[in-house]
Amino acid sequence: MEKLVCETEVEVRNPDGLHMRPAMQFVDVASQFSSNIEVSNAEYTVDGKSIMQVTMLAATCGTKLLIKATGKDAEEAIRALRELFTKQLAPNPPSAEASGKQN
Amino acid sequence: MEVKKGIAVSPGIAIARALVIDSEESRIPRRSVRQGQVAGEVRRVRDAFKRAVSELTEMEAAQGIEGGQIKDIFAVHRRFLRDKSLRNRIVRMVEAEKVTAEYAVSATMHQIAEHFSQVKDHYISERAADIYDLEKRLLHHLLGGLKEDIAHIAEQVVVVAHELTPTQTANFNRTYIRGLATDAGGRTSHTAIVARSMGIPAVVGLEDVTGSLTGSDTIIIDGNHGVVVINPDDDTIAEYEKYSRQYLKLEHQLDALRDLPAVTRDGVEITLLGNIEFPDESQLIIDKGGQGIGLYRTEFLYLYSETEPTEEDHYEAYAETIRAFGNKPIVIRTMDLGADKFTQSRRFDPEPNPFLGLRSIRFCLQNLAIFKTQLRAILRASLLGNVSIMFPLITNLPELRQAKMILRDVMEDLDEDGIKYKQGIKVGIMIETPSAALTAATLAQDADFFSIGTNDLIQYTLAVDRGNERVSSLYTGAEPAVLRLLRAVVQDAYRAKIGLSICGEMASEPEYIMLLLGMGVRTFSLAPPLIPEVKQVIRSVSIDKCNQITRKVLTMTSHRQVESFLRDATRKVLPEVF
Repeated sequence: MEKLVCETEVEVRNPDGLHMRPAMQFVDVASQFSSNIEVSNAEYTVDGKSIMQVTMLAATCGTKLLIKATGKDAEEAIRALRELFTKQLAPNPPSAEASGKQN
Repeated sequence: MEVKKGIAVSPGIAIARALVIDSEESRIPRRSVRQGQVAGEVRRVRDAFKRAVSELTEMEAAQGIEGGQIKDIFAVHRRFLRDKSLRNRIVRMVEAEKVTAEYAVSATMHQIAEHFSQVKDHYISERAADIYDLEKRLLHHLLGGLKEDIAHIAEQVVVVAHELTPTQTANFNRTYIRGLATDAGGRTSHTAIVARSMGIPAVVGLEDVTGSLTGSDTIIIDGNHGVVVINPDDDTIAEYEKYSRQYLKLEHQLDALRDLPAVTRDGVEITLLGNIEFPDESQLIIDKGGQGIGLYRTEFLYLYSETEPTEEDHYEAYAETIRAFGNKPIVIRTMDLGADKFTQSRRFDPEPNPFLGLRSIRFCLQNLAIFKTQLRAILRASLLGNVSIMFPLITNLPELRQAKMILRDVMEDLDEDGIKYKQGIKVGIMIETPSAALTAATLAQDADFFSIGTNDLIQYTLAVDRGNERVSSLYTGAEPAVLRLLRAVVQDAYRAKIGLSICGEMASEPEYIMLLLGMGVRTFSLAPPLIPEVKQVIRSVSIDKCNQITRKVLTMTSHRQVESFLRDATRKVLPEVF
């Protein structure tokens, strides 16, 4: 079976940071995929499907996060998660400009 | 073996396995389990998560479509409870450190919350509150299961807790509970009252006894000396077994007083009644030689079941006791909830200062449907025997008049329905606030009798919370301020020619009996197991001597002076009591 590794860097732009509700949205999107998903800030790397771990990253507004997906649907997973940051989690959704950049 | 010293609040000796009840309201102490218990604790963790998830799902559904933000919170919490890495972290802690499910949940959630509170960002640091909320929810399920265990227990145990609530004690299977021990509490805490009414030994104010126990320790409760021994060695057990036999012998000697009258050496007859918390204690009053019920507490009706008691629930409970007592007097006190006791279905809004809040008669006057249901049942049951009604926590005359007006309304309703009740039923009040004590002469115009509730009267007069171990040493009936109020109330009752009794803890403490007799108290109502001891004091003294003692005590200026004088005086007439 094909095993892909994909990653992207995003910036948390909504003023409240990646708090409970956005973290929940993130985990919900991540959990739709079979790929293993990891999220890292400058210090830690955590499981992107665990709401506890994602919230414990304490990603405030302005934090840059690296999202890495490993698995056969890695590409779709990264696309969906990036979209989450550029659309739903943008400061003025959904009209705001895309802010994530791909590596 | 570990020996701990606390406050002895109910006499006797118990040797049994300790059953520890934690509470979601207080810190969960670290408690280890044996290797064989680890799998069971892990299962409890998983079950608690499962139950918490389904509870949240139900709550979410109940919010409807308009839930909005609240719905979001539920959704987030539910995801936390479904988060495998959270659950595994707790399970790993149980397995690696061999601790109880409660401790692992509490410690893990605290670590996570701590992590959040350290984040500089205000919004994220506030998320710690969500974690504490989840912790409470999980603990609630863990401890909820434990409560059922206590109700279905089938071996003899001593119950150990931080503090016991009325809701917890109402669930006790009373056949198997041999003793109680708590971290908090004082002489008049709920734990103390329940232990005395059950006739089992209890030691409170042990500070951290719950933290010193694992799941399966043997414990000795010495309710005579306020000592608790954890995991005693064989010699200690043998010693206590011997002591326990001697003590029981003394008890039997006191029980021999049962059929003798409570009369002083100079021939003054005293009435000894019992206070009861549950109807099944009424038999104990008769066994111990009590002449009636001076305080029939009715809170159990509200604490036992999930729903408010119906008129029939009230009626059945009263009727059973009244029938058993024939023509002996029974004083039924109307609902006295609030402060430290709450109904289950009616969660009151938390009050910042519950003892000064919406409690007791105040609650009844604002919730007439509940009040009237109870009054109707008491009136109907009044036909069966010698019943009077007593209102608690009255603070002034208008309040008493309002309560009596509602009673008249209920009587009129019964008249209209053609239902009979005892005409001229006596209506009295508890004197348990300084305000009532100071205006007793006025209140006496509208009351058929007074019953002095010393527990609340002391706490309100001295501004001391009797359940707070940090200040409970300031709580004493020997304070000159309390004594002056007591004497004034007794005199006002005499002048108005109305009935007077005393139903607080002071009525059951041997060293206060002479003082109270000297003030003119002739009716005492107390926990049934203590009736023989008080009767023994009464039979050993003369009113003449008591009057002298009271005159002397009323000139004293400090509670220490009063206490040591009364102790000496009682020891002189009755050396074996101390």
